[in-house]
Amino acid sequence: MTKVTMTVNGMSVSAQTEGRTLLSAFLREGLALTGTHIGCDTSQCGACVVHVDGQAVKSCAVFAQDVAGATVTTIEGMANADGSLGVIQAAFQEHHGLQCGFCTPGMVMSTAALLAINPKPTVEEIRHGLDGNICRCTGYHNIVKAVLAASGQDATAMAAE
Amino acid sequence: MPKDHGIGASVKRREDIRFLTGTGNYTDDITIHGQAYAVFVRSNVAHGRIVSVGAEAAKGMPGVLAVFTGEDFKDVGGNPAGWLIKSRNGEAMREPKRPVLAHGKVRHVGDAYAAVIAQSYNEAKTAAQAISDASVIEELPAIVDMRQALADTSNRVHDELPDNECFDWGWIEDNRAKVDEAIKSAPHVTTLNLINNRLVPNAMEPRASIGEYFPGTGDYKLTTTSQNPHLTRLLVAAFVLGIPENKLTVVAPDVGGGFGSKIYHYGEEALVLAAAKKLKRAVKWTAERSESFLTDAHGRDHVTKIELACDLEGNFIAFRTETMANVGAYLSNFATVTPTFLHGTLMAGPYKVPNVYVNVKTVFTNTAPVDAYRGAGRPEATYSLERVVDKMCRELGLDPFEVRRKNFLTPDMFPYTTPVGLAYDTGNYHATLDKAIQLGDVAGFEARRAASAAKGKLRGLGLSTWIEACGIAPSNLVGILGARVGLYDAATVRVNATGNVSVMVGAHSHGQSHETVFAQIVGAMFGIPEGSIEIVHGDTSKIPFGMGSYGSRSLAVCGQAMANACDKVIAKGKKIAAHMLEANEGEILFSDGVFSVSGTNRSKTFGEIAFSAYVPHNYPLATLEPGLEETAFYDPANFTYPAGAYICEVEVDPDTGKVDIASFTCADDFGNVMNPMVVEGQVHGGVVQGIGQALLELGVYDENGQLLTGSYMDYAMPRADDVPFVTVDHSCSTPCTHNALGVKGCGEAGAIGSPPAVVNAVLDALNRAGKKIDHIDMPLTPSRVWSAMNA
Repeated sequence: MTKVTMTVNGMSVSAQTEGRTLLSAFLREGLALTGTHIGCDTSQCGACVVHVDGQAVKSCAVFAQDVAGATVTTIEGMANADGSLGVIQAAFQEHHGLQCGFCTPGMVMSTAALLAINPKPTVEEIRHGLDGNICRCTGYHNIVKAVLAASGQDATAMAAE
Repeated sequence: MPKDHGIGASVKRREDIRFLTGTGNYTDDITIHGQAYAVFVRSNVAHGRIVSVGAEAAKGMPGVLAVFTGEDFKDVGGNPAGWLIKSRNGEAMREPKRPVLAHGKVRHVGDAYAAVIAQSYNEAKTAAQAISDASVIEELPAIVDMRQALADTSNRVHDELPDNECFDWGWIEDNRAKVDEAIKSAPHVTTLNLINNRLVPNAMEPRASIGEYFPGTGDYKLTTTSQNPHLTRLLVAAFVLGIPENKLTVVAPDVGGGFGSKIYHYGEEALVLAAAKKLKRAVKWTAERSESFLTDAHGRDHVTKIELACDLEGNFIAFRTETMANVGAYLSNFATVTPTFLHGTLMAGPYKVPNVYVNVKTVFTNTAPVDAYRGAGRPEATYSLERVVDKMCRELGLDPFEVRRKNFLTPDMFPYTTPVGLAYDTGNYHATLDKAIQLGDVAGFEARRAASAAKGKLRGLGLSTWIEACGIAPSNLVGILGARVGLYDAATVRVNATGNVSVMVGAHSHGQSHETVFAQIVGAMFGIPEGSIEIVHGDTSKIPFGMGSYGSRSLAVCGQAMANACDKVIAKGKKIAAHMLEANEGEILFSDGVFSVSGTNRSKTFGEIAFSAYVPHNYPLATLEPGLEETAFYDPANFTYPAGAYICEVEVDPDTGKVDIASFTCADDFGNVMNPMVVEGQVHGGVVQGIGQALLELGVYDENGQLLTGSYMDYAMPRADDVPFVTVDHSCSTPCTHNALGVKGCGEAGAIGSPPAVVNAVLDALNRAGKKIDHIDMPLTPSRVWSAMNA
């Protein structure tokens, strides 16, 4: 067991971890941040995406000890300071970009990472940018619209209705 | 300004707040103080005799608390099938026992034959591996192919049965001779052999269960990923473990998608309860995705021959089908109704065909159980019909739009009883077809085709028209057909003393948006803000009863139960108001949240009446009980019959065989729509699941019964860049005539109507390019399409 310290959603946290403890388990079990979800065991579904030092990372594919000292943001850290939904979260609600909600944290985190490097993505760039996140409910239609809206583009005009 | 509340408004979802902020409450998010962890030891062969289980290997390993094997459960009940289906010869279906843990034999890869409980998940997993390594299983030849399974009676999935057939069902048997004769004498018969490909449901949340036992009271609690907690309670309590129903609470908290796979009771749920009792502590199990692939009930997997008889103008005379349907190694709860009454009864489609006969043989194999998956039988029926209709049009040189149009039932024909036993209440199939043609700009297809050709792509257009029977009920009818349960639903509407409302519903929401939409209905009926209404679901200790969510039934059955309970509340409110306003009950009107005396300005608000019911100082106590809470059970008079027309355009790359969906257009009739945003979202999702079936998804077992598509590395789920935007419309509405809400159900539509539209479009593209190709089995991968083009 090794003590690991990192900054999660603005708070410095420390915990004893085994070498094999994944970042996803560190967050879910160690810190009770259960918004980060585990949807597969092959790093394919993207439900566990968090940001590590600003980069989108599948937290099920990273050992907690390997990100010691890093700054981590999870879905629990995405709301505004006053608790209201952030721009991306609000766009997902406005455009019905979620149904069962299980893939949603990963979708929001991947969207945030995409928009950070490409603030006005095309529909094609959004679809490509989210192809590491699987959603079984929405058919992606309203997710793409939500991302368009979150990037300040006219979602209704760009998405066929 | 669009409406922002009430029936018909696209009200934004209240459930989104918790899902978007990471504060949802899914089963695996829950940690009970002192909980232990279960890991299952699963067969790595498809068929084998259990010689010995190496349970001893785990004894003394770090953290290990208990090991269970099939021996521990051999005297408890089995997990039953929900429908008793009879064969053509009148014999009851074969129904082998489905144990909590396998004993004697293992029957599919992933079949659990032991479980280990440990202090930590990692310790349980390590011990499970040790048990697996120490167990001796004598491998037997795997039974995988359905034809071979029926032909070879010496090698059987269940030794106690004479062969691998579950039943041989005919629908309707009295039609058989007439249909045979009609086909024999018809001017034209089109025959098509096709496979409805095996699918793995893949709700994004893997199954998970937590068992608890409270020694002081003898109560049990199961928290589990279920679409219908009451059904799970019934199965666990009455059939499997013998716990009195009143001592077992089943909670399905937030559930991350179901699509059918979480309707059923699975052995893991019984195991965690039994283990919790033995260990006097909570026991939790969470599936890894690999376990989901191996053990969640799969979908579809039909092999069908369909014949369409018609005259030379394309007027339908008869349909006849022969289907082999895989049920896997054990009968899952709906496995016997899905390929029969959810499939054969739909085989007339939206057409006025006079003669229909359906034969289905169900087959046991050494594969995961197969059961209802979004659409459940109805996609299989629609695919067979809509594919054979297109093939006939090609054979006779007829226009597929016109052929459908001339065979559609017309609005004046309703109510209409089909030759396969359903009574369609209402519909307008010409209207949805015309709407789809308009929205899909069929007139502009030739220009788009030319543009595609200029890029070197083959463009095709495919049509599918569909109908389904959903809102599954009524109970007296399904009882005659073999259902072992009722199919009503229930709701309690509790008006609290302060005027806000708690509504306990039997339907479960795992993406369907009940918390928002049901509140819209109650808000509109009571004339109070939706924000003051709470929809409670997924907890057997809070809810009167319920049959859960599947078969697009939540709104049409449970929603109507809830509306009926609201009506009872209003009726009681009128009695209270009459007393308070010193009027006759018959003079009391209720509108927009106000009870008033007709023709006067005397009135009481909904809140005042509620308060009076709980503080009954001025109240007719001699004739009326205090309180304002009503329960309704609602058993519908008929199924509901949504229908629609789907048009798909594809581009095929002739060099690679890759298919791109250029556009997809849906015109649906769902009856009255409560929340258009939610309905459209349901269609988007269903269509993409159907596109997945048509182009990408296939559950593959090799000849040894190993699942080759056991992860997202090799089972192709639709991803954002595989699919287009989906154009949806639900304006051609013919409200259901037998529920007061006039609703039909929309959850499965997309998955039912879309696969044949995609396949018809691809074949249209290839045939327009001069390739005489009648059929390609799904999924239409680049390899399959290229191979067909270059055969």
